[in-house]
Amino acid sequence: MRIRIDEEKCQGHNRCYALAPELVDVDDMGTAHVLNGGVVPEELAEKAQLIVDNCPEYAIEIVDG
Amino acid sequence: MSTEPAAGNQAASSGSSGDESLEAPIRNTPPVSDWTTDYDIFDEEYVTDPVPIWNDLREQCPIAHTERWGGSWLPTRHADLQALAKIVPALSSTDPLVVSLPEDMVEQEEEEIPVGFGAPPITADPPLHGWTRKMILPTFAPKAVEAYRPYTEELCHSLIDGFVAEGRCDAAEQYAQQIPPRVIAHLLGIDPDKADDFTMWVRGVLEFGLYDPKLRVKYRDIIRDFLFAEVLARAAEPRDDKLSEYLAMDIPDGLEVDRVGLVVGLANLLLVAGIDTTWSSIGSALFHFGSHPEDRHRLAADHSLFPTAIEEMLRYYSPVTMARVALEDVPYDGVTFHEGDKVLMNFPAANHDPEVFDDADKILIDRQRNRHIAFGSGIHRCAGSNLARLEMDIALRVWFDRIPEFELADPDGVAWAGGQVRGPRVLPMAFPPGQPR
Repeated sequence: MRIRIDEEKCQGHNRCYALAPELVDVDDMGTAHVLNGGVVPEELAEKAQLIVDNCPEYAIEIVDG
Repeated sequence: MSTEPAAGNQAASSGSSGDESLEAPIRNTPPVSDWTTDYDIFDEEYVTDPVPIWNDLREQCPIAHTERWGGSWLPTRHADLQALAKIVPALSSTDPLVVSLPEDMVEQEEEEIPVGFGAPPITADPPLHGWTRKMILPTFAPKAVEAYRPYTEELCHSLIDGFVAEGRCDAAEQYAQQIPPRVIAHLLGIDPDKADDFTMWVRGVLEFGLYDPKLRVKYRDIIRDFLFAEVLARAAEPRDDKLSEYLAMDIPDGLEVDRVGLVVGLANLLLVAGIDTTWSSIGSALFHFGSHPEDRHRLAADHSLFPTAIEEMLRYYSPVTMARVALEDVPYDGVTFHEGDKVLMNFPAANHDPEVFDDADKILIDRQRNRHIAFGSGIHRCAGSNLARLEMDIALRVWFDRIPEFELADPDGVAWAGGQVRGPRVLPMAFPPGQPR
């Protein structure tokens, strides 16, 4: 399981970073970036779904692989 | 479209005679006949409990219209607010207050105010928007705002020391209202003891000034003059503060602006946008827990619920409605926003849309899926959202630590303000007396 962040859609709400700092980091402008190439360890699968469901800009998606 | 207030809505100019106090101007607003065609964002029912009105509108007429207060449109669906926020710059942010100044007063503003004043990026469209936003965003990055935690914690404790032995307080005036102006003053490097002045000035612009243009201009000018003096002092002799930091920044190529004027504009944004809004959120949360003992007990017993509880307070009691102005005719979903029309970015109503939120009208302090847009959507996402969240988190945690048992002392005595920024302005709270530290 991987997550992908559309950095064009991301407006820096930082909800993902607050919920799952294991999966994303944010830069000085508040833009979110995936950690570890977006790979989600199995034990964080629920958190990955949580950040998808809490992103106000619909900027995060779960992708296969 | 005329920007004159509708007949019968002419505000009296009371309360603007001196700088020592600020009273609500008298409004004689006729009752709303039909919310879909004649809504009034200052109507007492709308200010006190807008949720049922939004829900009706979303069902009947999801983009309502009114001729009141110069005329405006009021979207209520989450998807529409998201889409409208992306129509940039045709739906422009150059006039973001929910009621425009009368045209003759706008001309006066353009003549008197130097280039750069305003409150960019909130009052700007691209490219000025992006340039100024980049200047301030690092101040409010999640890790950067942690620098203000110790000051904010100490401030909250000291405020509680001031009234905890009494067993009662006005949680709006004595607590919520005192926090954001001091944190912002601290951040900017301005004397925090001017907090009460800041609060009065900002209410003069964003609250009472909305329906009293003379009052709005008066306090806008007071803020401008004050900030000019502060910025000029740092231009002459830099200090270790944000105003000096902004003054030293490179101005991007293509941005032809006076440096001092630009920094005054940024300071204006931080002051005006960072006070009423955050104070309202803190007050609304205390209102909620003071009137819902089951949620209060639950949060007091389980502090791990603070993060979801705060997001739910932000969703349910979203304080801020911003405005856009159409720079051209903009057709959208069967209506046309004509050039000059105002569109009220009703993010609070979006946050009650059952299409996006399960049990949208229930307050669930452990809500897991919460895609709220209390801080807006699109390129104008509140630049200070991380600081606002930090202040809310500290204000509530310190309150719950010191005063875990509390309730509204007089539910009928609660007074709400609304329009641009909704929140309790009088919040009588009772609790078992405690000890100052």
